[in-house]
Amino acid sequence: MTERPFIDWEWVGGHLDLIGQRLAQHVWLTVLAVGIGLLIALPISVYVQRRRRLYPVAAGFSGTLYTIPSIAFMGLLIPFTGLSTTTALVPLISYTLLIFVRNIVTGLDGVPEDTREAALGMGYSVRQLRWRVEIPLALPAIVAGLRLATVSTIGLVTITALIGKGGVGYLLLAGFRNLLPRTTAVTIGAVLSVAMAILADVGLLRLQRALAPWTRHVRSRTIG
Amino acid sequence: MSEPGFFAEVVEWFGDPAHWQGSSGIPARLVEHLILSAIPLVIAAAIALPAAMYVGHTRRFELAIVTIANIGRAIPSYALLVIMVILTGLGNEPIIVALTLLAIPPILTNGYVAIQSVDADTIEAARGMGLTGRQVLLGIELPLGAPLIVAGLRIAALQIVATAGLAALVAGGGLGRFIVDGLAVRNFPQVFSGAVLVALLAGLTDGAFTLLQRWATPRHGVRRPSRGLPAEQPPVPIVRPAL
Repeated sequence: MTERPFIDWEWVGGHLDLIGQRLAQHVWLTVLAVGIGLLIALPISVYVQRRRRLYPVAAGFSGTLYTIPSIAFMGLLIPFTGLSTTTALVPLISYTLLIFVRNIVTGLDGVPEDTREAALGMGYSVRQLRWRVEIPLALPAIVAGLRLATVSTIGLVTITALIGKGGVGYLLLAGFRNLLPRTTAVTIGAVLSVAMAILADVGLLRLQRALAPWTRHVRSRTIG
Repeated sequence: MSEPGFFAEVVEWFGDPAHWQGSSGIPARLVEHLILSAIPLVIAAAIALPAAMYVGHTRRFELAIVTIANIGRAIPSYALLVIMVILTGLGNEPIIVALTLLAIPPILTNGYVAIQSVDADTIEAARGMGLTGRQVLLGIELPLGAPLIVAGLRIAALQIVATAGLAALVAGGGLGRFIVDGLAVRNFPQVFSGAVLVALLAGLTDGAFTLLQRWATPRHGVRRPSRGLPAEQPPVPIVRPAL
């Protein structure tokens, strides 16, 4: 092989469509995984937040899924669902559940009892209370969960390169295997993945602040 | 894709004596996996725990902890693994370095939160009784923060065990080899068996640290961190899922 520069911009320029496709795949897998995860977790969380005895069951189950390494999770699915999007999505969705359940339940727990009583006193039905009072007040916590889930899913998508998906993770895998100019592909893949994570983090943080104007002046510190 | 006899094939795979011996047998791969996991965990703890205690106790450089936690969250472990191997060559060392770097943020973050969130009144009382800063750290903050510190070690250990499974993707060893090699030749019983082994090891690791965490929790439940914390800072901060 002839000597290539560390980042071969000429190659990048000629393969923008390939990079773009992988980027789109990455975003699509992330949106699907996080969206489906939220759709599954929301009703479960609302349900177990009320029936407290069931909370440990939901948290325990999602916690168990969370401990299965993604490569093993995919390996367990491959014999049944092949090298399909399903095989990539099921682990990704599973990992978001613990984050969502915890954050949604914490958010609902944070709704003051007085507020609940005031709403009921004003004649809200239980259903109205849930959708017009509790969930809106819990939204900042839910979006905080969305943020965590999105950022971690963006990183995890790269591993689905194992089964031929991977989004920009494909650039890492193919670069490592010298199917693409190595240092160029790996650098582009890593940079794009980190950039997506940062963009999602910042964007969702803004959303979180916009949804909770009462916390806007509190200096927020993000850990974990 | 699976036939009725699939699980029989998996059982057969596990029963084959050839898979239990030699440098690519289950015991050898398990040992590789354990070595690839234990060394980074010990190094990361040796670096991150003292740093976390320092920052938690003195409240200096707090911003650095937040920054490291956020950077750690944004970099995919797989990318780190590939970059490290490409920069420094094939072998176990670059993998160990990458896994160490991955393990530092969760240990650091949880350790810092553990020390920093010890009840201020308790610390004031201790100081009032004449304890020195060092005695406060070792006698009060450390024991009270122990459960959260162990929680951080647990997250780090799980992440390492999981990511060591990816070592096979960068020509390394460990149990992930069964999955990656099996996939390359479309040997699905082997892929499944390898996945079972990796998942089992992760489950055992989790179980071991759960016991350790229980053991490290002060008997007369002094602190129950699960109430009143904002959702953004969960009682046991999740830094990243097990990969």
